[in-house]
Amino acid sequence: MLHILNKSPLEKGTLDTALRLARSGALLLIEDAVYAATGGNGAEPKLREAMAKLKVYALMPDLQARGMADRLMDGVSPIDYEGFVDLVVEHPNCQSWL
Amino acid sequence: MAKKFMLVNRKAPYGSIYALESLEVVLIAAAFEQDVSVAFIDDGVYQLKKGMQTKAIATNNFSPTYRALEDYDVDKLYVDAESLTARGLAPEDLITDVKLLDRDALAELMEQQDVVLSF
Repeated sequence: MLHILNKSPLEKGTLDTALRLARSGALLLIEDAVYAATGGNGAEPKLREAMAKLKVYALMPDLQARGMADRLMDGVSPIDYEGFVDLVVEHPNCQSWL
Repeated sequence: MAKKFMLVNRKAPYGSIYALESLEVVLIAAAFEQDVSVAFIDDGVYQLKKGMQTKAIATNNFSPTYRALEDYDVDKLYVDAESLTARGLAPEDLITDVKLLDRDALAELMEQQDVVLSF
């Protein structure tokens, strides 16, 4: 299953709920959720832990827009819009954690 | 053929339009005789709180509709037990009968769906 997040981990508890209920598959961070995948962010330990069960992606255009493209954590794969579409196609279903 | 639809509710009622819109979609999916499940997670569990009195905020109290969903053959209402506990609520505080699920059971149920709609 593909889990899509779009909220900053420091503003909302959405990341916690998503990680609690995501067992396997992929986690895609878009919009303000890309901050979760930047080194030194408070969410970094949680995200590192999640990598044991989920493949983690971050949308590069959103990192670039926020000036954070050079802060992407090791282990998180940057993807573009085409990659986003591929992820949706590859997974049987997806949940957007609004 | 009917598909397995899950509506995932994660927002409190009245503060935004999500809860009401979700309920509309539940009824639409039921009208098309789909296999509908409704999950209540995070603040979404507040949608099921008993005893809502909305007159003074000039808003329609739609919570009795959850109790009527059975009449539309929608009887798969699932509540995330951890979300309920974190808000000081228990099953007897809810307007209708639900199935309480732990995180593993809920995660598994989500993965089994053909379509997941988020509210």
